[in-house]
Amino acid sequence: MTNTTAAKQQKLISEGDSGALRSRSPWRDATGRLMRNKASVTGLVIILFFTLLTIFAPQIAPHNPLQLNSGQGFLPPSWVEESGNGTKGIPDYPLGTDTLGRDALSRIIYGARVSMIVGFAPTAIILLMGTFVGMMAGYYGGRWDNFLMRLTDIMYGFPDLLFFIITLVALRDTWIGEFMNGLFLLFLALAVVNWVGVARLVRGQVLSLKEKEFVEAARSIGAKDSRIMMKHLLPNILGPIIVQGSFAIPSMIITEAILGYLGLGLKPTTDPEAFFITSWGSLLLEGQSAINAQPYLLLAPAICVALVVLAFTFVGDGLRDALDPRMRGTQ
Amino acid sequence: MASSENNILLKVEDLKMHFPIYKGLIRRQVGAVHAVDGISFDVMRGETLGLVGESGCGKSTTGRAILQLYKPTAGKIVFDGTNLVSLKSEDMRLMRRKMQMIFQDPYASLNPRMTVGEIVGEPLLVHNIASGREVDEQVAHLLEIVKLNPSFSTRYPHEFSGGQRQRIGIARSLALHPSFIVCDEPISALDVSIQAQVVNLLEELQEQFNLTYLFIAHDLSMVRHISNRIAVMYLGVIVELADRDTLYEKPLHPYSQALLSAVPIPDPFAESKHKRTILQGDVPSPVNPPSGCRFRTRCPIAESVCAESRPEFRELNPGHFVACHFADRFL
Ligand SMILES: Nc1ncnc2c1ncn2[C@@H]1O[C@H](COP(=O)(O)OP(=O)(O)O)[C@@H](O)[C@H]1O
Ligand code: SF4
Ligand SMILES: [Mg+2]
Repeated sequence: MTNTTAAKQQKLISEGDSGALRSRSPWRDATGRLMRNKASVTGLVIILFFTLLTIFAPQIAPHNPLQLNSGQGFLPPSWVEESGNGTKGIPDYPLGTDTLGRDALSRIIYGARVSMIVGFAPTAIILLMGTFVGMMAGYYGGRWDNFLMRLTDIMYGFPDLLFFIITLVALRDTWIGEFMNGLFLLFLALAVVNWVGVARLVRGQVLSLKEKEFVEAARSIGAKDSRIMMKHLLPNILGPIIVQGSFAIPSMIITEAILGYLGLGLKPTTDPEAFFITSWGSLLLEGQSAINAQPYLLLAPAICVALVVLAFTFVGDGLRDALDPRMRGTQ
Repeated sequence: MASSENNILLKVEDLKMHFPIYKGLIRRQVGAVHAVDGISFDVMRGETLGLVGESGCGKSTTGRAILQLYKPTAGKIVFDGTNLVSLKSEDMRLMRRKMQMIFQDPYASLNPRMTVGEIVGEPLLVHNIASGREVDEQVAHLLEIVKLNPSFSTRYPHEFSGGQRQRIGIARSLALHPSFIVCDEPISALDVSIQAQVVNLLEELQEQFNLTYLFIAHDLSMVRHISNRIAVMYLGVIVELADRDTLYEKPLHPYSQALLSAVPIPDPFAESKHKRTILQGDVPSPVNPPSGCRFRTRCPIAESVCAESRPEFRELNPGHFVACHFADRFL
């Protein structure tokens, strides 16, 4: 070790060549990787498409989804020359009509509203709740933690579908069950079952992160707990939370479809003022009862559910890879 | 180094830090890691006290307990006349302006989601010392002080080398103008070629800002250059404390002698006089440390009394403390 003059002589050191690198935030880095993933981009396009459908349903739908056309029930899609019951498709009803002569395409377009909102709203709730409780449990431990872990054990031990059916049936006719045509109760039930998964994920991440030296460094400069949680822990677990959320969305959509098929969840309405008129789950139920007369009534909503679920799963996969810290800085 | 009372910046008295070990479903305490088990020493204003010992002997725990990042099991830590152990948490938070830490791992000690500017400026925000543009100006100044290019402040830690990252950590620790810094093996994770630069920087900063250091290292070669006095630690206790030159020329404890014999000696004549003591076996577990003298399981001159009574940490020569029953032999 030489004297300090050597150190004094060296001016502003730039070890390595990082001086030539353009600075990019980890988030922008991840976005770039996501955008280079073809499946994810396809998924995003599909999601965007259905999102636009839900917003502009009144402008896009060719007919009023509630309008009855007596004598025009069970029409096949327009490209079918002769269906099982001898009717012929007409261009006015691209996907045909249901038993009451309502336009199938318009009903599917309006039904997309429920699927999209069922995907996003309960997911937003579980991410907020799960992150808050998981953060408290992981950071403070003790009573919060015990409470969360016992609750999780109970939740995991109880079959989800049974829980949905029991709550949706039991509360069906209360004010909560009537609110938003039953959608609100559905959101609640979905959230109650799913938030613990997020909480556990967050708890685990916080437990391992809070031992890291940069968290210790934050404490040693005198940062308060709230700052440590918001500035140091949260940004570092946002990746896994986003991935978990992107996989929760399709599972919520499928659950809605199953419950709708069982006649639970949204109550189909005939009120023309209602925002949520029908759901893909309800359409599946209607289509299934007419499977011989007009199979497309079942097929079309089933394809839509599959398409949207697949799209979200592609995006989820892409996000998981893009946010993987081992991928940082790669192209 | 005058040893009058008002020259003492930090006084550690009988500090103990035990980590409880829990087992089983009801998390019963079954034992404790005796990471630090009753150590006392003073740190003088403006000096560098080296703290040396094998990995796992409790050096980091000592540093963290001094900074109250852990709540000590027992003992007093008197900093500038204030016993930190009895401070309320808000008072301790304010006290942190005067005492800082530089961490061992330059990769784990910087939050990957924050820019260099945010990292270095965070202490200023936390203590409301500056805001807005002032923060940017102070950050630029701090980066210059540690010989980094001020334009680095918009970049993220992953773009830098280990040595540069360690400089960023040093800049953060200087932001609050502390009087005392615990340097926890600040160079052991760095390339040999960069170690000297960082040590020189730390020495310059000490001179420039009147800093007092507790400089932790796992071998004696690293602390020789920078320390005024050196404390040697073994399995949770301090076994010897002396002036640097005294310790290197006339170590009195068998463990210090063994550590020193592992250090290459540049002077060939010294080498011939130098008898090598090779340490046998592993460090015992701090969960069940040996009775009596902790070093007895590996000590070449141990006798039966060593298992029975714990050797007192006594002052054999002025300023030269040793904990060994037979240290007088080497006088
Ligand atoms: N938070 C903790 N909980 C339990 N044991 C710990 C903790 N921190 C350190 N230890 C234990 O205390 C002992 C001393 O650790 P440490 O102070 O990190 O040693 P050093 O810095 O000298 O390498 C080790 O046995 C380590 O496993
Ligand atoms: S007290 Fe005994 S065992 Fe401990 S260092 Fe001295 S001689 Fe060795
Ligand atoms: Mg250590």
